[in-house]
Amino acid sequence: MRWHRINALLIRHLYLYKRSMPRLMDVFFWPVTELVLWGFISVYINKLNIGGFNAITVLLGAIIFWDIMLQSQRAVSIAFLEDVWERNFLNVFVTPLKLSEFVSSTVILAFVRIILVGVVMGVLGFLFYKFNLFQYGFYLIPFMLNLLVFGAAVGLFTTALILRYGTSAQVLAFGLLVLVQPFSAVFYPVSVLPHAVQWVAYIFPSTYVFEGMRAVITTGSLPTVLLLGAIGLNVVYFVVMSWYFYRSFAVVKNKGKLLKLD
Amino acid sequence: MLAGKDVEGAIILSTVPILEIHNLVKEFGDVKAVNGLSFGVQEGTITGLLGPNGAGKTTTIQMILDLITPTSGSIRIFGKDMKHHREEILGKINFSSPYVALPGNLRVWENLKTFARLYGVQNLDKKIDELADFFNIRKLLPRMTSTLSTGQLTRLNLTKALLNNPKLLLLDEPTASLDPDIADKTRMMLKRIQKERGVTILYTSHNMQEVEEICDEVIFIDQGKLKDRGIPAELVKKYGHKDLNDVFLAIARANDNNQND
Repeated sequence: MRWHRINALLIRHLYLYKRSMPRLMDVFFWPVTELVLWGFISVYINKLNIGGFNAITVLLGAIIFWDIMLQSQRAVSIAFLEDVWERNFLNVFVTPLKLSEFVSSTVILAFVRIILVGVVMGVLGFLFYKFNLFQYGFYLIPFMLNLLVFGAAVGLFTTALILRYGTSAQVLAFGLLVLVQPFSAVFYPVSVLPHAVQWVAYIFPSTYVFEGMRAVITTGSLPTVLLLGAIGLNVVYFVVMSWYFYRSFAVVKNKGKLLKLD
Repeated sequence: MLAGKDVEGAIILSTVPILEIHNLVKEFGDVKAVNGLSFGVQEGTITGLLGPNGAGKTTTIQMILDLITPTSGSIRIFGKDMKHHREEILGKINFSSPYVALPGNLRVWENLKTFARLYGVQNLDKKIDELADFFNIRKLLPRMTSTLSTGQLTRLNLTKALLNNPKLLLLDEPTASLDPDIADKTRMMLKRIQKERGVTILYTSHNMQEVEEICDEVIFIDQGKLKDRGIPAELVKKYGHKDLNDVFLAIARANDNNQND
């Protein structure tokens, strides 16, 4: 892999972000809106004084983590869609750029986006609701990184589907993770789910992350089993999704459809 | 052609082509878009790849660029195969087509810098300055690419195509959609590129007058097969027609007649 080619794609995104209101809204406006909304809901629930339950801590932590995963997935999918929308694949792939460099640039972009979103939401959460995400120190960081990896894996999967089935599949770039949300136990513990679907929850790394996040917030210690569960599943997801993405790219090249994505 | 010396020290010209295509086949289901195509392109020449719509020109060019995987056959560029030397080969070739615009949501200079970085161009500002002067697009650099006219986009595409000092340039109908004045200027530019930079050019066009004017050699293909090749003037003489346009019609219609028979 050559850094100058990864850097070229990253700088291209920088050119786009600095003057694109929809892109900036995607990173700042919508996450902040969600933070404010869930913040007020949390304040209301706290006023109901349900024994020992700190809604602000649990719900705001969950919404910040959820947005981090969403940003990661969208960064990967939308970076790919940019070239579909601009019909730029030919120009990009007649350069020596490797597919691995293309994927790396999208994952780095995802990392930058989650840092931005994490910092903005963390600071606003503290200012508005006295919720200090950073008080849990380094224990939350490995869980955040797991969300980055899972979001990127889902992003690769949606990208592969768009490659194979065209832009009619692009709705998945915006909605697929939402289908995973009810099973990921984002705002409630897995035990709330009916027994019959609890096993479904445990096939997603995100479930281990959200359970782990709640454990860190309530106990102040690192739940090693949950962290290892998230890492193990993430390795499987990332390898399988990457394989599917590479396979889809090869199929599309073989069918001569790389330049006909619409 | 590649210059070299034989054992007695006499200057000879190598006949090793810069691009070698051997028995190339591409099938899309039951359709054979390219059917056993073989040809070579000599270094420093402008070669026209001609044929009617659906002849297999675009598929061939996209296989040369590694955008489509061939069903069988081989493509060797600079004596190397794409499968094992993709990065090295693509670093030395480039492509331009009026049908493939650069992203309209970037400024002209942003597009050029992005592609210069992708090709690993050293001193990219200097290179962009030099090419902006060559193609007279300096005033366009701050403009959004989506606001350029067709002629301006053609010049921008050619600028992009020369960023990496390519040794082989693939041009897909570079003068399509241009008015006669801009088309003529574009042809002059291409001649300059070949003359001053020694770039080998593989060129598709449906404008036979233009092909006759600038190509050193032409290759006719139809239904994915090689029909004929040669120096334009010699082909005109061989077929006994007044110009290359009539030769094109003769070759294309001979195939139609064979099919009807």
